[in-house]
Amino acid sequence: MATVNNRLAVNIAGIEMKNPIMPASGCFGFGREYAQFYDLNKLGAIAVKATTVEEREGNPTPRVAETPGGMLNAIGLQNPGLADVMDYELPWLQQFGDLPVVVNVAGTTTDDYVQVAERICEAPNVAAIELNISCPNVKCGGITFGTDPVIAAQLTEEIKKVSSVPVFVKLSPNVTDVVTIAKAVEAAGADGLSMINTLLGMRIDLKTRRPIIANRTGGLSGPAIKPVAIRMIHDVSQQVNIPIIGMGGIQSADDVIEFFMAGASAVAVGTANFVDPYVCPTIIDELEVKLEAYGVQSISELTGAAWK
Amino acid sequence: MDKGLVKVIANEQIAERIYRLQVQGELVGRMTRPGQFVHIKCGTGIDPLLRRPISICDVDADQQALTMIFRADGHGTRVLSESVPGQSLDILGPLGEGFPVEMRKEGEHAVLVGGGIGVPPLYYLGKQLRARGVNVTFVIGFGTASQVFLTEELAELGTVHVVTMDGSAGTKGLVTDVLTEANGLAPADWDVLYSCGPLPMLRALQDTYQALNKEGYISLEERMGCGVGACLACVCSVQEPQEGKKKYKKICSDGPVFAFGEVRI
Repeated sequence: MATVNNRLAVNIAGIEMKNPIMPASGCFGFGREYAQFYDLNKLGAIAVKATTVEEREGNPTPRVAETPGGMLNAIGLQNPGLADVMDYELPWLQQFGDLPVVVNVAGTTTDDYVQVAERICEAPNVAAIELNISCPNVKCGGITFGTDPVIAAQLTEEIKKVSSVPVFVKLSPNVTDVVTIAKAVEAAGADGLSMINTLLGMRIDLKTRRPIIANRTGGLSGPAIKPVAIRMIHDVSQQVNIPIIGMGGIQSADDVIEFFMAGASAVAVGTANFVDPYVCPTIIDELEVKLEAYGVQSISELTGAAWK
Repeated sequence: MDKGLVKVIANEQIAERIYRLQVQGELVGRMTRPGQFVHIKCGTGIDPLLRRPISICDVDADQQALTMIFRADGHGTRVLSESVPGQSLDILGPLGEGFPVEMRKEGEHAVLVGGGIGVPPLYYLGKQLRARGVNVTFVIGFGTASQVFLTEELAELGTVHVVTMDGSAGTKGLVTDVLTEANGLAPADWDVLYSCGPLPMLRALQDTYQALNKEGYISLEERMGCGVGACLACVCSVQEPQEGKKKYKKICSDGPVFAFGEVRI
């Protein structure tokens, strides 16, 4: 068992993962639905749905629209709220003893973020916080924190003061210079980065002449955004000294390898879970075979292979 | 619920943009409840990327054969309409909570109201109700005569009232115009109503008969992401949320079928 998994094992910011694959936040709920398909212990980690202080009902429907090779979504951070996540969702995930849990933390004000982060760390199975400063689908909070390096750094600093677990900051691609923001949050104490969140987009219904999504705009994800993610991770990873969880259109072991070569140290799989509920375990199995075929002893060797 | 491959055994156009697709596979044996749906990967590759929810029209458990009737409206369903016998399709299912039938008793009268592409799931429902000795009346509405389908099959199970908006087939008007005393379909004449179709139709039925305390069920449709309850794309609000309970329902996994009064539409 250990020899099989060694090749895939990674350590990011002190978190031991038996493989580098985790489902991305917002694409996997709190794991309950996909646990009907397979044992979640197979995953390297799990990033759960964004959690806010209060329960959120999210945006009106329609909330999704398809695009070539991708999808737009505007869920609006719907979640059951901090108390419910602490009392119900995180304890449920404890049954998967080997599974590090990454909790995506969101809010409207700095105080909101601090309150969620402080409390979430009390859960015994939370391995890291993923600070959501990049959700494009909420009017207040989210991306407003993620587009200004000074504000992003201030928030990171406040969260680091209260967090007893590593803090990953999830960056938005909807900025002119992602490197500046990455460096600012690193200087503020971020233990790692998650990148990228979705790209802001829109589709219009030809019959009604109205945007398909009720929120008008949505976040674009799926294979269509993979080249953007690869470029941004390639640029940022050479300018920071903290690990990056790469995401954006991953659906195969080859995609994972490409993200590592760009500079990622672990990856998250999002939209592909909707297409194939078994995609994460399938990628994990494929990755082992591919690495063996390429003669790679440890996937970590591949991080940044495409630099310079 | 699981994912598996099924083989296409027949595919034919039966009305304007309406296709009847029959597939066979091990997964079909689990499709026992009417009103559930399957999530189909239309074509291979990444365009279209997402699966498409398609309702279950009929199941032949012995042959492990599933019949689906769908409208080729967008990119995904157009690709699906080009399926040929022998081809494999990647299906996830059965998904969702279907129409409840287990409490129905022999001799009861059920009215099954369908609009357009909401008609197909009523066939499997009608079959199961008939097997329980329930009398079944169908009221099915379409835009125009060229869009009418499934009437002969439904007639084997009970009385069928066809309605078209332009009057080119059956009664002119809306399905609600047929739910009258003259047709033996006044509220006192039936025990339960099941419906599937466009939102305005479902809203009218729920508003009218919930107020009269009649038992009834609606099947909703919404753009979906995952189809299994994880992505929260297809939610709707609960009519009267209880303290400590969620204020929303997921159409894909809590539904698509809801009792009158359960959700706000």
